[in-house]
Amino acid sequence: MLQRPSAGDETVAIPRAGTDESFIEIAALNKTFVGQDGEAVVALEGLDLNVRRGEFVTIVGPSGCGKSTLLSLVAGLLEATKGGIRIGGTPVVEPYTDLGFVFQSDLLLDWRTVTGNVLLPCVMRGLDQAAHLGRARELLASVGLEGFEGKRPFELSGGMRQRVALCRALLLDPPMLLMDEPFGALDALTREQMQVDLQTIWHRTQKTVLFVTHSISEAVFLSDRVIVMTPRPGAIRAILDIDIERPRDLNVHDTPRFTGIVHEIRLMFQEMGVIHR
Amino acid sequence: MSLWNRKWTRDAFWMVVSFGALIGLWAGIVWLFETPGYLLPGPGEVLGSGRDNWLLMIPHSGWTILSVLAGYLLAVVVGIPLAILVVSSSTLERILYPPMVATQSIPKIALAPLFVVWFGFGMFPKVAVAFLICFFPIVVDTIVGLRSIDPALVQLARSMGAPPTRIFLRLRLPGALPSMFGGLKVGSALAVVGALTGEFIGSDNGLGYLLLSAAGELDTALLFAILFVLSLLAMAFFYAIELLERLMIPWHVSQRAHAG
Repeated sequence: MLQRPSAGDETVAIPRAGTDESFIEIAALNKTFVGQDGEAVVALEGLDLNVRRGEFVTIVGPSGCGKSTLLSLVAGLLEATKGGIRIGGTPVVEPYTDLGFVFQSDLLLDWRTVTGNVLLPCVMRGLDQAAHLGRARELLASVGLEGFEGKRPFELSGGMRQRVALCRALLLDPPMLLMDEPFGALDALTREQMQVDLQTIWHRTQKTVLFVTHSISEAVFLSDRVIVMTPRPGAIRAILDIDIERPRDLNVHDTPRFTGIVHEIRLMFQEMGVIHR
Repeated sequence: MSLWNRKWTRDAFWMVVSFGALIGLWAGIVWLFETPGYLLPGPGEVLGSGRDNWLLMIPHSGWTILSVLAGYLLAVVVGIPLAILVVSSSTLERILYPPMVATQSIPKIALAPLFVVWFGFGMFPKVAVAFLICFFPIVVDTIVGLRSIDPALVQLARSMGAPPTRIFLRLRLPGALPSMFGGLKVGSALAVVGALTGEFIGSDNGLGYLLLSAAGELDTALLFAILFVLSLLAMAFFYAIELLERLMIPWHVSQRAHAG
C-alpha cells in the first residue's frame, strides 16, 4: 500500500471544492434488482455524475431511492445492469479496494480491541498488522481517542465507536471515502460534533468523499455539491453547488444562505411528494 | 478487598445455605413421617450407602463418562462441519437439512433397542444414542450463529479485498461462537441423558445399569447415591463447557457480568 503524501498543515486555501480532475465518473448508470418473485425493481435509472478528486459530494434522498446501492456500485460490490463507473480512469469491474467504507452501523468487532479494529483492513488484506500499528495509534489520537487503544468496543460510546470506524477506513490512506449515513444512529449533538470533525479530517487529508444521508442540513453543511435524488427509481433530481466558505463552523446553520439552500432542497422533496407540509 | 466482598465467596456461601436448607428439609420429612428406607431414605443412609459402594460406583462412572464424552465429541466433530456445509451452499442445505430434521423427529430413545439388535451390548449403542440426542442442538445453533453475521460487515470486508475464506475465518466464525456455545451447553446436558438411556436399554456397565440393578434390589439408598453422583458428573461437564466459553468469548455480552 502506497502512503500518499498528505497536506498535513491546518491552513487550507478557501474556498476549496476539489481539483478540476475528474476522479469518479458515473455514466448512464442503471441498476435493476430481480426480486424473489421474479419481479424486476429498478433501483437506479440513468445516473450521470462526475466527482472531482478531493471533492465532497453528498447524495440526499428518501429511503429506497438507491443511495446505498449507488455506493455499492462505486465500490464494485454490485454489478451495474447498464452503464458504468470509472475511478481514476479505470472501469470498476471487481471490488475496488482502494477506498474506505463507513456504514451507519460501526461494525466494530467485539472480540478485537479498539486498535485491533482499526487494523482490520490489514487483517482482511493479509498485511502485517505490526507495521501499521503506529499509523493506527496516530489516527486514534487525531480523533481524540488517545488512551482508548486497548479498550473493547463495548466500553465506548456511540460517537467514539463511529470515530474508530472512521480511523479503520483511513488506515491505509485510501484516496476516497464512501460514507453510507455514517452519523444516522448518533444523537443530535454528537452528530453535529462528528460533522465538524469530519470536515477537519477532510481538509487535512484531501480525500474524495461520496456521502449518503437523509438529513438535508447535514448534506449542505458538509458538501461542495449536493445531489438530490428522486424516489424509486432513483434518479438525479438536481445538483446544487454549495458555495459557502470553508472551513464552516456550526453557526453557519443560521446564516441566510445556508437556510436558503436547505429550504430549496426541502421544497424539491415536497414537490416530489417525499414529504408533506 | 476482603474475602466477603469477592463475588464468588458470596456465591459459594449462598449455595451452601440453599443446599443445606434442602438437605435439612429432606431429613426433616424422613424424621417426621418415619418413611421406610426403601421409599425415601434419609441423607445419612444415602451418604452411608455411597461410602459402602464407592468402589463399585467408580468403574461404572468411568464407563458412563466415556460414553458421554465419546457421543458428545462425535456430535461436535460431525455437527460443526456439517453446519458449515449447510451454511456455505443452498444446494447442500437442501440436500442435508431435511434428513437431519427427519432424524430429529424420531424419538432417539426409541432407536436404542435397534442399536442393541445391530451392535449388541457394549459401548456402541450408548455412544450412538448420546451422539444422536446432542447432535441436533449443536448443528442448529452453529447454523444460526454462522448466519447471523451483519451483511454490511461482509460488504465492508469485501471492500477491503478480503477473500471468502478469510471473511469466514476472521469474521463469520468468531461471530458465531456465542450461539455455538449455546448449542454446546444444551448438548452437554443431553449427552448425559443419551448415554444413560443407552445404559438402561442394553448395557452391563455404567451408572444407568447400576441404577436399574439397585432399583431391582429395592436398594433405594444406593439409588439415591447414584443419582447424586450422576448429577455431580452432569454439572461438572456443563460447567467445564461454560468455563471453555468464558475463556473463548470473554468479549461477548453474556460474559461481561462475570468480569465485575
